[in-house]
Amino acid sequence: MANEVVDHGRRRFLTVTTAAVGGVGVIAAAVPFIKSWEPSAKAKAAGAPVVADIGKIESGQMVKYSWRGLPVFVVNRTKAQLAALPSLDPRLKDPKSSNTDQQPPYAKNEHRSIKPEWLVVIGICTHLGCVPEFVPDIKPEPFDPNWKGGFFCPCHKSRYDLSGRVFDGVPAPANLAVPPYHFIDDTHIQVGVDPKGAA
Amino acid sequence: MGKRWSGLGGWITERAPGMAPMYRKHMSEYYAPKNFNFMYFFGSLAMLVLVNQILTGIFLAMFYKPSAEAVYPGVSEAFASVEYIMRDVDWGWLIRYMHTTGASMFFVVVYLHMFRGLMYGSYKKPRELVWLLGMLIFLALMAEAFMGYVLPWGNMSFWGAKVIISLFGAIPYVGDTLVQWIMGDYLPSGATLNRFFSLHVIALPLVLLLLVVLHLAALHEVGSNNPDGVDIKKVKNVEGKPVDGIPFHPYYTVKDLFGVGMFLIICAFIIFYQPTMGGWFLEHDNFIPANNLVTPEHIKPVWYFTPFYAILRMIPAKLPGVLTMFAAIVVLFLTPWIDRGQVRSVRYRGTGFKAALVVLVIAFLSLGLVGAGVTTELIPALLGPSADVTLWENLFGRIMTLAYFGFFIFLWVYTYFGFEKTKPVPERVTMHD
Repeated sequence: MANEVVDHGRRRFLTVTTAAVGGVGVIAAAVPFIKSWEPSAKAKAAGAPVVADIGKIESGQMVKYSWRGLPVFVVNRTKAQLAALPSLDPRLKDPKSSNTDQQPPYAKNEHRSIKPEWLVVIGICTHLGCVPEFVPDIKPEPFDPNWKGGFFCPCHKSRYDLSGRVFDGVPAPANLAVPPYHFIDDTHIQVGVDPKGAA
Repeated sequence: MGKRWSGLGGWITERAPGMAPMYRKHMSEYYAPKNFNFMYFFGSLAMLVLVNQILTGIFLAMFYKPSAEAVYPGVSEAFASVEYIMRDVDWGWLIRYMHTTGASMFFVVVYLHMFRGLMYGSYKKPRELVWLLGMLIFLALMAEAFMGYVLPWGNMSFWGAKVIISLFGAIPYVGDTLVQWIMGDYLPSGATLNRFFSLHVIALPLVLLLLVVLHLAALHEVGSNNPDGVDIKKVKNVEGKPVDGIPFHPYYTVKDLFGVGMFLIICAFIIFYQPTMGGWFLEHDNFIPANNLVTPEHIKPVWYFTPFYAILRMIPAKLPGVLTMFAAIVVLFLTPWIDRGQVRSVRYRGTGFKAALVVLVIAFLSLGLVGAGVTTELIPALLGPSADVTLWENLFGRIMTLAYFGFFIFLWVYTYFGFEKTKPVPERVTMHD
């Protein structure tokens, strides 16, 4: 044994293969630990769809609902508010809702909704997750002399119009997200489920 | 040796042969330069605070419940258990205030300790590894402090967690999945609180302790720097001991004990008279239970994160903002290689270095004020109520961000191209006999 010549190639091969197989084992063993941090079955169940009765929301009013712990803003926009939307396009970062992450395809339009007057958005600023304030009136505001109504984030002064479209020159990178939702009838929406036939 | 290690000490050293050499290497025969000044208190004070955090933390964990379940409407078990510690547990208020004050004082001493390193060039060859390990401690400490701040589950805990975790959402493609994975839910929740508790009391303290041991081991391998930045090992006596070195024990243990006394007087004053430090150590909004539908008026981190938070805010886009903020920490890691100068101590460095160091301190403190929202209130007071706060704040904050990064760029240019005019460095420390 002592007199035999050491086969370095064979030794290296065995070292590398042992390390590789061991490495695969370590990765496999890490999977349960990493997966344990995923939202649990309980958390997923708590994220179930929510039905909101919107029949009593008057024109120009907003009501907050809670879905998956997120504030969902439902706004019944007035004709004047809707009419002001196109005039804001040059001042917005993404006026045509080109960022497809921020809304389902059925809300990719000027009013960012299924029915023009009903806006349904997640009230979480896309900058750092604060809840923006609803500032609906078309009148000069300290933060914007040409205010046409919208949302103002108190944390870092990001501004959104009444379609949840973000203004240029504020820290928020994207429009407010539109959750999946559909109309059950004229006065009820379900948040968390797409309309039938839509992806 | 025989006389000194008789009795119980002798009994142990005979059975644990590593003990006596270790004691000699790190205490009785660790020769530290004899010209240490005030700035050399903060390493041992940081260790003292670490011990305080572990001791008080062990006791807080006996009474605290890491649960976001509501015990009564709007109040979680975690929030209620902190109030229970404050009101019902005997001396619980003291133990908690020692922990919360300790957290802030940890950063006070660590920032001064880091500044000492910059001032006297303690990061330079051969102490680069000491500096890197120290920076890793700083990083672990920031994670530890952030997660600890989430535990009371107050409104600032919740929103602070949301903002900090959502920073990871800026990473392209995997960001959103990563954020959900960290939170274990679609928003910060009981799952988040529970895992942060586990990391705060088990994982990160273990990491911190290990890093502190490595930091000290690396330091004692190369020896301590000093305010003159000279190498005391160059001049040795007949016994081979550095003539400008004195044994750590008893000389510096006694010196450090004096520092401990002074430090504890300050801490006691804060704990007994100003435990919230007017909202700087414990923010007012965190005395309100967590509410995911109501954002605090100003979301801001505790003071020790505000300089980095200000850098994040000064960049008008999310991903570049996050990257710039992390870059502010990365440049600190790289300092030993950015600075090409041969002279260590500020005492013998060029005027440019002295000026730049002053600018760095001003920039860091100013960014702290911007991040804490002080400038938001200060600007109308200085420039009148009609002043455009955002404009001035962004202007000031961006200049200070440039100054912060400017220090490191200047340092490289200044030393790499040989612009620095240094003074001659003495052979021995300046206060030898």
